Amino acid sequence: MAPPCTWNRYLLLMAQEHLEFRLPEIKSLLSLFGGQFTSSQETYGKSPFWILSIPSEEIARNLMKRTVCAKSIFELWGHGKSPEELYSSLKNYPVEKMVPFLHSDSTYKIKIHTFNKTLTQEEKVKRIDALEFLPFEGKVNLKKPQHIFSVLEDYGLDPNCIPENPLNIYFGRWIADGQRELIESYSVKKRHFIGNTSMDAGLSFIMANHGKVKANDIVFDPFVGTGGLLIASAHFGAYVYGTDIDYNTVHGLGKASRKNQKWRGPDENIKANLRQYGLEKYYLDVLVSDASKPSWRKGTYFDVIITDPPYGIRESTRRTGSQKEIPKGIEKCPESHVPVSLSYHLSDMFFDLLNFAAETLVLGGRLVYWLPVYTPEYTEEMVPWHPCLELISNCEQKLSSHTSRRLITMEKVKKFENRDQYSHLLSDHFLPYQGHNSFREKYFSGVTKRIAKEEKSSQE
Amino acid sequence: MKLLTHNLLSSHVRGVGPRGFPLRLQATEVRINPVEFNPEFVARMIPKVEWAALLEAADTLHLVEVPKEPIEGYEHNEKFLRKMHHVLLEVDVLEGTLQCPESGRLFPITRGIPNMLLNDEETEN
Repeated sequence: MAPPCTWNRYLLLMAQEHLEFRLPEIKSLLSLFGGQFTSSQETYGKSPFWILSIPSEEIARNLMKRTVCAKSIFELWGHGKSPEELYSSLKNYPVEKMVPFLHSDSTYKIKIHTFNKTLTQEEKVKRIDALEFLPFEGKVNLKKPQHIFSVLEDYGLDPNCIPENPLNIYFGRWIADGQRELIESYSVKKRHFIGNTSMDAGLSFIMANHGKVKANDIVFDPFVGTGGLLIASAHFGAYVYGTDIDYNTVHGLGKASRKNQKWRGPDENIKANLRQYGLEKYYLDVLVSDASKPSWRKGTYFDVIITDPPYGIRESTRRTGSQKEIPKGIEKCPESHVPVSLSYHLSDMFFDLLNFAAETLVLGGRLVYWLPVYTPEYTEEMVPWHPCLELISNCEQKLSSHTSRRLITMEKVKKFENRDQYSHLLSDHFLPYQGHNSFREKYFSGVTKRIAKEEKSSQE
Repeated sequence: MKLLTHNLLSSHVRGVGPRGFPLRLQATEVRINPVEFNPEFVARMIPKVEWAALLEAADTLHLVEVPKEPIEGYEHNEKFLRKMHHVLLEVDVLEGTLQCPESGRLFPITRGIPNMLLNDEETEN
């Protein structure tokens, strides 16, 4: 479906990391602000240049107030595969749309950005001069211009093969930058309270965006750890709840995760982390609780559930339970036996998580979680499903040569009724779940094979 | 632990089901924790509140000026919302217990954090 011609076209300049996560982030955010993703561009794959149609500049600005995947957005005035094509495209752009930003009272400047190539100052000036045909009537102000126009030249993605001429050239009016500075300001390196598996700041914001977290939402993390995902959600104005089975982590006690630090200090707990960023008012509560045995009453009161469940590698997967429950063939835990808790089968954990989300999310609310995957055996059918939850996106991040994790986003589209708990038994999907049970086994089998190989080759 | 949280918690002792709500609150240390007033958020919470349970908990803590029910047009009634803001978000139980009304099982609250973990035998299947 072609976008209405009243919609302006915008150029998004994307950051070149977490490539697979970018499109779902932009789509989720556009949907959050009442727009939808509309573009006539074919693929988004690796390119940092995305052209989309957006109904209003306000939606474009709101998008930029949230995204950590996009660096900047420009109102696209023209583009082409050569300077001539660009100029021709600019001449076709309606003058009445240009005039408000070019009139004699205004100030402006033109910037040249090149990607995968460096230009001399002389070359840049030549390009600016070539744009003289545009009806600029205002004054140039290099320090604090009212309007900034940018020429963006795309010289491809291969630093070892830089073309003589650009592959694409774009001209647009700069509107706003994204929120990539949050990655540095919320960096885990500077955070007071961290754990062994604290989420990288950029990814935590991406998760909050995939989840469409908005101000005044209630966001819940059932495997909260040190609260990184809650921080990102609180930054976007949501009020936050967390639970974790580990008493020490929730209370901020015990051994520190930082190198050179032995014990945690008084400033190290989830509330203190929020306080560090001025987000304390969004802290609701944290509880010591077993995610497989939740203590929440019946009802729908979570707007978003965002979590990074334990994969059973760096943090052990545990739950409370009676000894009678231990099934045959339970895999051996490399860590020493924990008396109170038995090993939580990963597939049970995801099943419990989806069921819990289906029960307690508001209609339209989202669940965002990481699913560990043994790559050689992965198929899409292995992604857990639930009749009340629709799969929105599935993005891979490689962890090692044979393992990765996938960020799964699901949206509640149907009210939960008790019988939904058992539908999975009727489905073929149940069988591939077995793979998740042995994720830990396969992860370690890969490690032991490699160690054996290394030992063998060092002996030769 | 805030009273909003207490209002959402239920006992999950084996066999108890919906009779596990509300948990009986007992507090030995309570603190009033000023929280920035956000009328939109408070208004969003009103429909989620189980009022009888809230009044019971507020009574246990000897709180005064607790609205008995949501009033008409509450979304725009600042006085009402400020009272609810105080009750739901600013009263913090630091030490105490939550008791399952059916089984009597106690869940401790330490440093403001409830511990809802059950022992092996008590867990529901």
